[in-house]
Amino acid sequence: MKLSQLNPGEQGTIVSFTDLEMSVKLMEMGCLPGEVVEVERFAPLGDPIAIRVAGYQLCLRKSEASVIIIQ
Amino acid sequence: MADIKVALVGNPNTGKSTLFNLLTGLNQKIGNFPGITVDKKVGFCKLSATQNAEIIDLPGTYSLYPKSKDESIVFQVLADKNNSSHPDVVVLVADATNLRRNLLLCSQVADLGLPMLLVLNMTDMARKEGIHVNVNKLSERLGIQVVAMSARKNDGLDTLKKAISHTTAISTQVSGIDVTIFAPEAIAEVKAKIKTENDYYALQVLHQHEHLTFFTAKEQQEIEAIEKAHHFESSKIQGAETIARYRYLSTVLTDLIFDTGAEKKFKVTDKLDSILTNRFWGFFIFILILFFVFNAIFSWSSYPMELIENGFVWLTEFGHAHLPAGVLTNLLLDGVVAGLGGIIIFIPQIAILFALISILEDTGYMARVTFMMDKIMRKFGLSGKSVVPMIGGIACAVPSIMSARNIENWKDRIITIMVTPLVSCSARLPVYTLLISLVVPNKMILGFLSLQGLTLMAMYVISIVAAILVALVMKFIIKAKEKSYFIMELPVYRMPRWSNVIYTMYEKSKTFVLEAGKVIIAISIVLWVLATYGPSKRFDAIEKKYTAIEANSTDSVQLASLERDKAAEKLENSYAGILGQTIEPAIKPLGFDWKIGIALITSFAAREAFVGTMSTIYSVDNGDEQTATIRNKMRDAKNPETGLPVFTFATSLSLMLFYAFAMQCMSTVAVVYRETKSWKWPVIQLVYMTAMAYVASLIAYQFLK
Repeated sequence: MKLSQLNPGEQGTIVSFTDLEMSVKLMEMGCLPGEVVEVERFAPLGDPIAIRVAGYQLCLRKSEASVIIIQ
Repeated sequence: MADIKVALVGNPNTGKSTLFNLLTGLNQKIGNFPGITVDKKVGFCKLSATQNAEIIDLPGTYSLYPKSKDESIVFQVLADKNNSSHPDVVVLVADATNLRRNLLLCSQVADLGLPMLLVLNMTDMARKEGIHVNVNKLSERLGIQVVAMSARKNDGLDTLKKAISHTTAISTQVSGIDVTIFAPEAIAEVKAKIKTENDYYALQVLHQHEHLTFFTAKEQQEIEAIEKAHHFESSKIQGAETIARYRYLSTVLTDLIFDTGAEKKFKVTDKLDSILTNRFWGFFIFILILFFVFNAIFSWSSYPMELIENGFVWLTEFGHAHLPAGVLTNLLLDGVVAGLGGIIIFIPQIAILFALISILEDTGYMARVTFMMDKIMRKFGLSGKSVVPMIGGIACAVPSIMSARNIENWKDRIITIMVTPLVSCSARLPVYTLLISLVVPNKMILGFLSLQGLTLMAMYVISIVAAILVALVMKFIIKAKEKSYFIMELPVYRMPRWSNVIYTMYEKSKTFVLEAGKVIIAISIVLWVLATYGPSKRFDAIEKKYTAIEANSTDSVQLASLERDKAAEKLENSYAGILGQTIEPAIKPLGFDWKIGIALITSFAAREAFVGTMSTIYSVDNGDEQTATIRNKMRDAKNPETGLPVFTFATSLSLMLFYAFAMQCMSTVAVVYRETKSWKWPVIQLVYMTAMAYVASLIAYQFLK
């Protein structure tokens, strides 16, 4: 399942990434495999989304969230 | 003189800039908006009675692999021993509420082998959230001094100063990971090539040598060859390094962090977010805030602007009364002082706008605006982060274009820079006000909406729509260098720090005066010379003609009017007048005559020159620039051939559209050149904007005349 498929309030554990280049940026920001992420809210127009990860709030576009595979 | 150089390095939003202020006493701009500290900031600090330190505040970054233009400075400074800012000691500032992510950068910097220490900042907030960090154990495990403090509360500063002066010249940190396993042969070869002992430095050089300026072309080629020979896969190795570092940090932090009150965290921020980024209320509140900002820029500034204007009028009059009459006095007062007045008058608007923007950034709201606006902006080839420069464009494009530096994506940034000058800046305002008052009746619609006010508002809307449409066109023309992305921290909401707000006002106003000032003063002088002198043959003829007439006249009123006619005729025959007449055929289809032509030429230096030029051309006596007088003069102006008024509705609207779109600002051209490091972009901007202005004016005039 992809992170972009979650609704606000739902959470999952990061398993892997489908895009190498993007994964580097995401991991630097604390989105590591094994980390629990929770979708906090969507922007008013449905994209980007705000997630809670590694103890802080991060926002990213849905296209970027779709490279994160979760469980 | 400083005994040691200290660099502050850390993630965005860690209070690094607040700490810098505290250390140096030299207040600096900071914001919650990630990466707001763009320029290199330097200050001095007395560590002890005998030791002085130079403190360098480096841009906030999450890792040594840069994402944006200002982040790339960090590695450049830390890596290059010959860099003038290369530090003796690195102070790594970390947010105690989010230690693990902050320590990623710490472990990267540690591996570069510079003497360093760690500051655990925001410990007061961590305590509130129930987080306790065992500082002694952390220090032991990292092998460096760790100072717990709270820069906002001015807590722990003395300990930090002592720690800096106690830092040994030889680095003590424990190396967390063995970086050679990622590319053993390539690292070994680079180490030999660039003569370094440091494995991690060699690895970083392999990753980002293309962006490092301190290698020669030959060295670059050789490093490139090493990369190719060993199939160096940059992204893959970076990913592996990040994972390895986080794994190491997990062991470092084991049994060090005690977290008791997990529930209470982010309660305020969550609540605020649910209102401020609400599906319905989010945009509504944003638009309300925009209206407030817009209103503040114009209504709060009217009084100080009037004061400044009157001050300059007084200064000019005083100068003319007390300085010996002559060419130099005229140049000084009508050229330099008038030019200076034209700049300083905009300071209130710029100061108010940037104070408000800095409050919005400091509280964390601006990050939410970019979050909300990203989807819309992306459709037009921009990013959510383009919102800040574009709002800033309402006051002045010069500082706004500089603030586009924190847009990571090259294409998004270029498009933002290219369209920001289209947003109606405050320099266009006097032009609009003058022309609107001339042709739009002062009537109310529905009893409360002023027709003139609506027209002014329409000009702003037109400018924003134009900016967005141009961005859309550029989205398809400009080729992307890399994939656009939007991964951004949403900081917790905080109270603004008022000293920072004041500093921002000061800083931005200063930038504007220095950047725009140089050009405007130079142009004012050139314009003054061009408008005062002309081919001597023609001038002699005019002198002779009026001397003859004046000799026959005794009436003082008539004499004064003759003097005015003489000045007007001189202007017509001056170099500026000749220039205006030369371009008249080109601007006639737009409804402009040669007098407006002069104003257009002078406005290419700076738009605000319009009103001044108009008042010179329409020979308002005593240099008294009261709008009413110029307005009446302009209203009475007749076309000598047809006898019809010059400033019809069609001409005025055409002129306003021309000013809305044309690139009439030297300072912007200069700043775009500086920011893009090439003449290509400012030239494209100048051409497309001027072409757009010409076409829009042509259509408007031909339809309305």
